[in-house]
Order: sequence, then C-alpha cells, then structure tokens
Amino acid sequence: MVENDRWSRMLAHAILILGVALVIFPVYVAIIASTHDGQTFLSGTLPLLPGTQAWQNYTTVIFEGRSRAGTPPIAQMLWNSFIMAMTIALGKIAISLLSAFAIVYFRFPFRMFFFWIIFMTLMLPVEVRIVPTFQVVADLGMLNSFAGLSIPLIASATATFLFRQFFMTIPEEMLEAARMDGAGPLKFFRDILLPLSITNIAALFVIMFIYGWNQYLWPLLITTDPGYYTIVMGIQRMVTGGDSEPLWHLVMATVVIAALPPILVILFMQRLFVKGLTETEK
Amino acid sequence: MQTKQLTFNHRWLPYLLLAPQVIITAIFFLWPAAQAMYQSLLRQDAFGFRTTFVGLDNFTALFADDLYLNALKVTLVFSLGTTLLSMSIALLFAVMVNRMLRSRDLYTTFLVWPYAIAPAIAGVLWWFIFNPSIGILPYLLEMLGINWNHRANGNHAMILVIIAAAWKQISYNFLFFLAGLQSIPQSLIEAAAIDGASRLKRFWTIVFPLLSPITFFLLVVNIVYAMFDTFGVIHATTEGGPAQATNILVYKVYRDGFVSMNLGSSAAQSVILMAIVVVLTVIQFRYIERKVNY
Repeated sequence: MVENDRWSRMLAHAILILGVALVIFPVYVAIIASTHDGQTFLSGTLPLLPGTQAWQNYTTVIFEGRSRAGTPPIAQMLWNSFIMAMTIALGKIAISLLSAFAIVYFRFPFRMFFFWIIFMTLMLPVEVRIVPTFQVVADLGMLNSFAGLSIPLIASATATFLFRQFFMTIPEEMLEAARMDGAGPLKFFRDILLPLSITNIAALFVIMFIYGWNQYLWPLLITTDPGYYTIVMGIQRMVTGGDSEPLWHLVMATVVIAALPPILVILFMQRLFVKGLTETEK
Repeated sequence: MQTKQLTFNHRWLPYLLLAPQVIITAIFFLWPAAQAMYQSLLRQDAFGFRTTFVGLDNFTALFADDLYLNALKVTLVFSLGTTLLSMSIALLFAVMVNRMLRSRDLYTTFLVWPYAIAPAIAGVLWWFIFNPSIGILPYLLEMLGINWNHRANGNHAMILVIIAAAWKQISYNFLFFLAGLQSIPQSLIEAAAIDGASRLKRFWTIVFPLLSPITFFLLVVNIVYAMFDTFGVIHATTEGGPAQATNILVYKVYRDGFVSMNLGSSAAQSVILMAIVVVLTVIQFRYIERKVNY
C-alpha cells in the first residue's frame, strides 16, 4: 500500500494546475493580443483581458493582408501550408510503405545497401546541408513551386522503419494463404498489407502532417514569390519585415491561425498522435 | 537483417518499389551532402569567378575563427540549457500526473498540444511576452529590479531563446516520461514503501534509476532537437544577436552561406555538423538496439 494522503495530492494538483497555466500562458497572451487594436500596443503594457477588435483583426489578416508590412493575405499562405503538409505527409507514407514492403517481403541483391541508403537520411537533416541542397533544387528549376516545397522532404527513414517493424509482426500465414489463393505481390500489398496498416498510417499521418505544416527553413530558402509563402515562415516576414515595431495585433492573429490546424489535429487525434510519436522513435 | 521466411520472387519489382525513396534520397540528401564535402575543400574568390582547391584550409580557418568558436560555445550553452530545462519540467509534470487517476487524461491533454507549435512560432510568442516595451514579463521583472532587454543584453537573449525552445519540447518529454513511469512495476514501489522509504527517497532510489534508459534516450533526442530543429526560434527572433550571443551553429551555416555568400566556409561547417549528427545518431541507435533486444 502506498500512502496517498490528501495533502500531497492537493500539492500535486496545485503544481500541475500552475504548470498547465504556465504552458498555456504564451498562447493565451497571443489570443488576447489578437483581440485589441493597434493603439493598445503603443501605450504601455499589454492588457490581460480580451478586447473588442477580434473580428476586425482576423478578417484583416485573412482577406486583406498588410501590403505595407510586406504580407499578402494569409488565406493564400494557409492554403500553401495545407498543400505542403498534405503532400509531405501522404508522400512520406506512400513511398515508405512501398520501400518497407520491398525490404521485408523480397530477397534481392543489394537489399542491405538500399536499407543503409535510406538509413542515411536520418543523419542528413536539411539544416546541415543547406547551401548544396538549395543549389540542387535551383538547378532542377524547382524554386517557387509546390514540387520544390514538398518532394525533397518526403524521403523518410523513420516511416520506413516503422512500417518495416509493423510488417515483421504480421504472421507468415497471411502470405502463405494469399499465395495459395494465387495472389501476386501487388495484390497481397493492396488487399492485405494496406488494410492491416491503417492504424499505423493514421498515426504516422498525424506526426507527418504537423512536421510538414511546421516547416520553416525549407520554404524560407526556396520561395521568393509571396504566392508560395507558407504561413509559418510568413509570420517571420511580419515580425521582422518593416523598420517599425511590428503590428502586434495582426501578427498575433496570424500566429493563432497558424498554430490552430496542428493543435486541432493533436487534440482530436490524441491517441493516434501519442501512438505515432512513441512508435516512430523506436 | 531479417526478412520473412517466405518471400515473393520477382526480378525487378523490389527495385521498382524502392525507387521513389532511393531516388529522392540520392538527389536531395546524398548528392548535396557529397557536394558539401567537396565544396568544403575549395575556396571561391569574392566574385565567384575562380575556385581553387585548398585542402583542409577551410577547416583550420574555422577553428582559428573566434566567431566560429563562439558559435560552438553558444550552441553548447543553448542545447544544454534547452535540454535540461525542458526535461526537468517534463519529468516533474509526468511524476505528478502519474499519481492521478481520474484527472490523468485531462492533464495530459492540456500538456501535449504545444508539440504542435512550430519552433518559429514558439519563438515569436515568447519574443512578444518578453518584449521590453509592451511585454508582460519585463514589466514584472522590473518590479524585481531587473531591467530586461534582450535586444541589448546577450544573456537575456539567450534565456529568451532557451525558454522558447524548451517550452515547445515539454510535451514530447512529458509523454515519454509518463510512458516510462507507467511501465515501472507498482510492486517495487510498494515494497519500498513498506520498508518505510519516503516518497522522495523512493523516487531517487527506485523510480529515477529505472527511468534512466528513457532519460538517456530523451537526452540525445533533445540535444538533436536543440542543435538542429531550432533554426526557426533563432531566425524569427534574435537573428543570432545581440553581438553573436545567440548565433548557434545551424544559424551560422545559413548566414555564412546565404547572406555572406562564403561558400567554402559554409560547406566546411556543414561537414562538421554532419559529423555531429552521425555521432548522435549512432549513440541513439546503439542504445535503441539494446532496448529492443533485452
């Protein structure tokens, strides 16, 4: 029996409530700031209670943008982020399913060689090879395009390993039965492996969507045309864009909108998210 | 590495299946990495007309360069600060949440969502809260007699980026610590309680040692995160300043390559960073190998 007295439980709750408050605090401040008008920020400290300008601010950033501060309407940027995140997530899942299938269900020369090539991607994040990767994308004429934004990022060792691990747990009898019924490799993949992998695919999708949505350095490098800006990198342009103090109420409205889609994904798919996060790290 | 006992026989299909992954890896990962290694041995003149082979000169120049040595030091402080701050807060939360029964899921929900926030956005949020003229925290700090100014004071800027980077990472560490705590057999803790060990003593002599594999794993993951995934935090806020105080290695590679156009030096820095990732990945995977096999 472990003691679990009232007071220590109260203390634990107190610490947690304080902790949660601290964790939420920055976002709370952002939401509050996005409901005030620009004047508020010129006069001293930010208020901690909501203002009345929310509707005004949000419609401004979404549909009008502020050309003076160098930002197009964010509706376009949101759409770009969405396309980029979806392409990256689905692309990673598709090509990783295929390569895991090849590695687990076939024996062929150079199998290990290919496995190591895929493994190498883990050791070469884009941050460590910025300039030469930019040069390759530029040489291929992929600057300022959705292909350039997404394709270079869809190679994935973690996704391949996850699917490999999962395929290894599928009983041998599945393949035996399928072969007895005369199913070829592609039919086996489509009718047996894919349906069995749905949960893993969904879990991975949650993680990879967030990964794609939150890309920053990559769109920063390869887009110069505002028509291809993504929302997360667009915020930086708003903060450091002009010479004057940023228009904080509009910046914070944009921050709230930019953070919302991935947060909603996590909150509504928490179970899948936790599964995806813990499994991909194995 | 194993396959299934039973496999398909096909001459070219497996290569076709692997092709998309391998081609993308070759074009966008391996080729640029090879280019970085090659360029790190070259030096371009200021106009990009002439390129000469200089051997390891770029590397020796780096290690004689005060700015680079400074970036190394800054990265070390930043990574360790971020990792320790984020992990210790997450561990505290996880231990507390693990004691709850009914409210466990509720607290977890409240603590996991910052994972969704991009590093750049985390930076902007804290940059705003710490804003010297309108931010809330400088206002409070002033009551304590601290004149906060991250635009002029390097230490303040460093604290700011560490807090922003650590805040976003708490969720991740929390989830792994909580999973680790839940896998510790309750009987061990009860046995110690019967022997009269206090709560604190039980934590340090039983729980913490049993968590050490996860702690070690998180240590590596967090250092990788702080070193390579926090470009956005720096770029969207301090831009490496004031006076180089937050110029981490990844940010410096970007600056030297794109802003100052010093390609040889930037490539040499890339190669050093690759070496660091390789070492960290090997450590991580050697450890995971053991975790899987026990």
